[in-house]
Amino acid sequence: MIRRVGWLAVIVTRGFRSRGADRDPRLPPGQYDAGQAWPVLSAEVTPELTATDWTLRIDGLVTTPRTWTWDEAHALPRSEYRGDIHCVTGWSRFGTWFAGVDLDEFLTTASPLPEATHVLARSHTGYTTNLPLAELRSGRAWIAWEADGLPLTPEHGGPARLLVPGRYFWKSAKWITGLRLLDHDEPGFWEHNGYHNEGDPWHEERYAGE
Amino acid sequence: MPVSETFAVPPRLVPSNRAAAVFRPATLAGIRRETATMSTFRFAVPDWSGHLPGQHVMVRLTAADGYTAQRHYSLASTPGDTGHIELTVDRVPGGEVSGHLHTVAKPGDTVEIKGPLGGFFAWPGDRPALLLGGGSGVVPLMSMLRHRRETGSKVPLRLIISVRTRESLPYAGEFGPETTVVTTRTAGRLHAGHLASALAERPEGGWEAYVCGSNGFAEHASRLLVAAGQPRDRVRIERFG
Ligand SMILES: Cc1cc2nc3c(=O)[nH]c(=O)nc-3n(C[C@H](O)[C@H](O)[C@H](O)COP(=O)(O)OP(=O)(O)OC[C@H]3O[C@@H](n4cnc5c(N)ncnc54)[C@H](O)[C@@H]3O)c2cc1C
Repeated sequence: MIRRVGWLAVIVTRGFRSRGADRDPRLPPGQYDAGQAWPVLSAEVTPELTATDWTLRIDGLVTTPRTWTWDEAHALPRSEYRGDIHCVTGWSRFGTWFAGVDLDEFLTTASPLPEATHVLARSHTGYTTNLPLAELRSGRAWIAWEADGLPLTPEHGGPARLLVPGRYFWKSAKWITGLRLLDHDEPGFWEHNGYHNEGDPWHEERYAGE
Repeated sequence: MPVSETFAVPPRLVPSNRAAAVFRPATLAGIRRETATMSTFRFAVPDWSGHLPGQHVMVRLTAADGYTAQRHYSLASTPGDTGHIELTVDRVPGGEVSGHLHTVAKPGDTVEIKGPLGGFFAWPGDRPALLLGGGSGVVPLMSMLRHRRETGSKVPLRLIISVRTRESLPYAGEFGPETTVVTTRTAGRLHAGHLASALAERPEGGWEAYVCGSNGFAEHASRLLVAAGQPRDRVRIERFG
């Protein structure tokens, strides 16, 4: 059956029951509530990375390129994110609680040059993902090492991951090791492999071409 | 520097996004029971542009009021099956989409699909493939096995499947000597011994390993592989969640 909703022709699946009435307004389009479950989606073997091996480097178009050790990063003011996260594969998780350090703490020390507009985040495994610098500033991104009160597990990116809740979660690079500031946009791993460059869940930017 | 040179596991191919980015109608042509909880759903997709074994699609169901639900399902069928695709879906208790497919859907119904998606887990059939699947994780691996048979390829391929019991093994009668089935209820969890003979074969150029299943299975199986000497950058993982 084809129905028209506004301008769109929609194909209705016979017998499929709406759960629309109890759809949570916190759910972006096309997402479902994973409840307490926290699915793991990464295409690689989970690395065995310890806190002593972990470092974070910020370089590229900054005045002061710098590397932080685990202890140096932990000496910075603690910051928390309580809110929702959204995965491109369709699940969302409400009210997650992450702790770590606001990315602004690191960026302010490194001091971005005026021409810096984008960032390429890189993980310990070599995985990369790109973001506009503005999306990482003003309390919108973190380096996180705790989730729901416990140390971040390796499967979820422990010992530390990038956290950018404003974008689909592939942008929140697990096992984060560095951020390079650039004066242009440079697609990362999934962005090269069929995913949308921006990844905004509220605009349902899943695949390239959408 | 192009990312494909820096990422530990290089992508196999870059999928065509134009075809992947639109939803199109798929008409249910038939349902085949595989096990007590798994069925294969065959859909007619007249303009299907083909796929590679290992890729998946997004299935979208729409209710009369416009409400939609969408989930990913791996392609079980081969690129040679033109105009049709097959998905094998495990029924999840309380599951919105798998529940609908198993209890309500019947031939003639229309859903929408988007794809093929996922170039990373695809197997173009070029390199020796060592496949490890847990439960419904065997689905994309079956597409690889079928593809190899259909094309008469001689590229080495080994398939190791972990299921609870023989009865929970889908695609009965389709496996040959390339396949080892580990029934965990009787034999216990997959262990190094189950991988030893395949890994000892050392085909020319080495194995490209493909691991698919629940996250628990994927973690366990990929760690076993690495511990047994399979290079990390030759392990590709598809996690069903
Ligand atoms: C790349 C990829 C490929 C895949 N390929 C396949 C495949 O080939 N075959 C296959 O069978 N699966 C596959 N999957 C998994 C599939 O996408 C679905 O996740 C699966 O079918 C379950 O979806 P569902 O709608 O039936 O269940 P859902 O409705 O998503 O429910 C999942 C679980 O959550 C519980 N749940 C749901 N809503 C709530 C709630 N409000 N509160 C508490 N609990 C709740 C349910 O009881 C159930 O246990 C794949 C996944 C990915 C990412």
